[in-house]
Amino acid sequence: MTVASAKKDLGSPLPVKRRKGFDKQGKLAFWLLLPACVAVFGVIIYPMFRTLIVSLFQVNSALASVTPFVGLGNYLTVLSNSDFWASIGRTLYFTLVSTALELILGLIVAGLLNANLKWRWLFRTIVVIPWAIPTIVNAAMWKGIFNAQYGALNALLTQLGIIQNYQAWLADPTLALNMVILADVWKTVPLVAFFLLAGLTAIPPELYEAAKLDRASWPRIFRSIVLPMLVPSISIVLVLRTVEAFKVFDIIYAMTRGGPVNGTATVAYYAYETAFSDQNFGVGSAISYIITIFILVLSAVYLRLLRRSDLSLL
Amino acid sequence: MKFTSKRIRRMIGGLATVAAAAMVISGCSVTGASTVTGAGGGNSGTINALFMKQAGYSESDIAAIIKSFEAKYPKITVKPTFVAYEALHDKIVTSAPAGTYDVVHLDVIWPSEFASKGLITDVTNQFPASWKTSMLGGALTSAEYKGKFYGVPWGPSTKLFFFNKTMLAKVGATQADVSTWAGVITVAKKLKAAGIVKYPLSWSWSQAEAVICDYADILGSYGGQFTDSSGKLDVNSAAGVAALTWMRKTITDGLTDPASLTFLEDDVDKSMAAGKTAMELNWESTFRDQNDPKISKVVGQVGVSAPPKGANGDNPGVNGSMALSIPTGSKHKTAAWTFIKYITSEAVQDKYVTSSMTNWKASYTQPAITQSNPQVFAAAGTAYNSMILRPAVANYNQVSQILQVEIQNALLGKKTPQQAMDDAVAAANKLG
Amino acid sequence: MKRATRNSLLIHVAAWIVAIACLAPIGYMVLASITPQRVLITTPLQWIPSTFDFSRYATIFAGGADSVGTTFRAAMLNSTVVAIGTVAISMVVGILGAYAFARLRFRFRRAILVLFLATYMLPQIATLIPLYLILNSIGLLDTTAGLTFVDCALVIPFVLWILSNYFMTIPEELEEAARVDGTTRMGALWYVVLPAARPGIFAAIMFAFLLAWDEFMYALIFTSSDASKTLPVAISEFAGRYTTDFGLVAAGGIIAALPPLIVAIIFQRYVVSGMAAGAVKG
Repeated sequence: MTVASAKKDLGSPLPVKRRKGFDKQGKLAFWLLLPACVAVFGVIIYPMFRTLIVSLFQVNSALASVTPFVGLGNYLTVLSNSDFWASIGRTLYFTLVSTALELILGLIVAGLLNANLKWRWLFRTIVVIPWAIPTIVNAAMWKGIFNAQYGALNALLTQLGIIQNYQAWLADPTLALNMVILADVWKTVPLVAFFLLAGLTAIPPELYEAAKLDRASWPRIFRSIVLPMLVPSISIVLVLRTVEAFKVFDIIYAMTRGGPVNGTATVAYYAYETAFSDQNFGVGSAISYIITIFILVLSAVYLRLLRRSDLSLL
Repeated sequence: MKFTSKRIRRMIGGLATVAAAAMVISGCSVTGASTVTGAGGGNSGTINALFMKQAGYSESDIAAIIKSFEAKYPKITVKPTFVAYEALHDKIVTSAPAGTYDVVHLDVIWPSEFASKGLITDVTNQFPASWKTSMLGGALTSAEYKGKFYGVPWGPSTKLFFFNKTMLAKVGATQADVSTWAGVITVAKKLKAAGIVKYPLSWSWSQAEAVICDYADILGSYGGQFTDSSGKLDVNSAAGVAALTWMRKTITDGLTDPASLTFLEDDVDKSMAAGKTAMELNWESTFRDQNDPKISKVVGQVGVSAPPKGANGDNPGVNGSMALSIPTGSKHKTAAWTFIKYITSEAVQDKYVTSSMTNWKASYTQPAITQSNPQVFAAAGTAYNSMILRPAVANYNQVSQILQVEIQNALLGKKTPQQAMDDAVAAANKLG
Repeated sequence: MKRATRNSLLIHVAAWIVAIACLAPIGYMVLASITPQRVLITTPLQWIPSTFDFSRYATIFAGGADSVGTTFRAAMLNSTVVAIGTVAISMVVGILGAYAFARLRFRFRRAILVLFLATYMLPQIATLIPLYLILNSIGLLDTTAGLTFVDCALVIPFVLWILSNYFMTIPEELEEAARVDGTTRMGALWYVVLPAARPGIFAAIMFAFLLAWDEFMYALIFTSSDASKTLPVAISEFAGRYTTDFGLVAAGGIIAALPPLIVAIIFQRYVVSGMAAGAVKG
């Protein structure tokens, strides 16, 4: 059975005579899925529910005994707070720029990975390396590279004569955010490239051959064959990266801790600070729910734009 | 499904009902923590202690202290855990509902928050009256909130002034010339003009508590305070703005390394050790690093003194003392108290003065002790006499974050110092 | 012909640039880890130091109680235990679940799958405090078992997604042939589907391992002592208020990156085939 036919089967109503088999399969499916459901939903659903409750109360201490019910008050507090919106703005910037860069560079690298290279195996091995570097190590590494006094970037640019004086790359809020994006992009492009490569290899070679016979130019082939065939991979990468970028926390925590001037305080970092540093658990919980809503909306928008109904592809 | 406003209202109503019902059924606080009471326990058992990874007491120092403690109190076992300063506050918060720790290490700025939110135990009744006079006043505040004690001070600390004597000598300056901030600026200008060092000054001005510490020092030298007599933030007063203006000017004059905005204390320390900074404010242990040939290029060149004086002769150092407290959820409060009493005792603190300063006044007059670390003792002795406190408010963390951002806004020239501080005060007052 | 040569040259140049961009930052980190601290902070930077200093590696591998070595080695062990435990559990649970999604028909199949994938969109921060209390009440706080438990919840949806897509590409006829011979469904899964799904399974293992090794927020909040602290937390602590030097962070970082690097390099060739056959095809 091919993927396409499986999809069709799902959509069509099941014949009545298979009803019994369906029940039997349902039972088996129940037992097969039980461990996964327990392991995932058990760990997530109850805490999410707790957090939802907390978000409706004023909770100012980890040990709070007096916790007045405030309804949607915490949500209103958050939504009327300019710091929150500033952090959303930064997060959107981070998300859009990093995802866009990752996608463009990822396409190029995927093309190279797919190209007829000498030592292709070596090239693939090298490209996979940044992906495997743990985020915290990546953050520490780039923090060292961007160091204002002895970092490699300053040394390189000065010795090449591109800049005269050592720069404090992380001292300006906008610049710092871009530098964090750079570090994130470096680590993530290989991941994106491999995803897109998987899509590229699925394109039947006959299509290229046909295009070549038509003497189509490369940009044309790219636009009319490669891109449409890649839409599924691109949409997955877009959704995955958007979700990840919108939740970004660890690289911020390790590289800049939100500074300078909150310039790199993304919304997940803001939520963390609010909940744990300020002990405003009610408001912190509300923020994390708002983040969830943002992510769902963004994903829905992407999927709609890419004309795909869901992520599962089943 | 269409979301009409009526439907949304009904959904919200339903949600609230479910939430409220869940609360009633579960019969506990909204955080899900059962009501935390903790218990005294006997004077025995295993206690978990949360320490900060620090430059003062090393992990092996603490291991040695614990060993001698356990020899003296064989029924008590102490399990230490070390986390970075950056993670310490949040670790205390997250562990509170579970009562994971019996002893926690507190920074001077936290007792107000933790005490008012009920995270740490009031130990006023056990706190001997004599300690109030025999301990340094500045250290005592690290465990005090509204006249009550919530722990025992352990390790007074303040920022001292470090200067590269060799560099200063090249422009004919000595320690006397840098005893005031005005003098520091004059010397810094000479150093820069003579090309001895590109940026004579660097600071820990990154968006962290560190920038507040440095600001506190300058603010103090202008005779200012963070709060007015009613406890409200008033850094937009003349002194508060003047201090910030002074800080900004050191950047525009090219005296302060602009990278300071990304520096924590250790980066400043390293910068001086690399010979890239001639003068800095930093914690006591910096002296040891500057004289460690493995990491320092300026061994033997660095002098240390109390912070430079302002125009009126004020030079209070920022109070960076620490304390040990018992979390409310601890089930071994008696044993925890026994341990705290031991580790903070005069005899134990005296034994480790090369690692950390002691909070017992008597130690500062005993030559046997002061001789072990003479330069730092000399400087610190003066500095501990007057220290400036950061505001002791329950929501200090939020106030501090507001200040960090606004101070950086002014330092980057994005706002005038007056504007930045007005905004900080307005934002802080809004917190209520 | 000439155009083809030019294109090939262009592609090779581009590949070189990409390779250098991938390797240069790591190369700098490797150099920094063996450059003496005093040289490291010198301007202008001496890229290749005149003397090498391997003392940081010595500290990490053999340092005594007072050095970061003890914590680091403990963290290395913890990370290994957590990552391997998470991969093992997630793979077993994921294979069973993925088989159900790919082969069985049951009510709410699609809804359940979407629900699994949706958990990926939830920010971890929204679950921290309740999870902390749960872990504490069942005595799993500050243990590698507890961390494995919560990490599995992050990894399983990924495994389900990759594997169920891959399983669907395996012709059902293969399985049916086996079942005609009297093999049970589980037998068919074990003897027929799994061997055929090898690339997908390897891809899933690689993803699961990298995710588990990389996980930071749960580890930051749920672990604190050497008994369970993982490498990301240990390394983030190197770089705090009282850091020692970048060289040490670099040395630690390199060692921390080695296990995922090895896994990634070994398994990378399966990623493309594992994903190509399933997950990213429409």
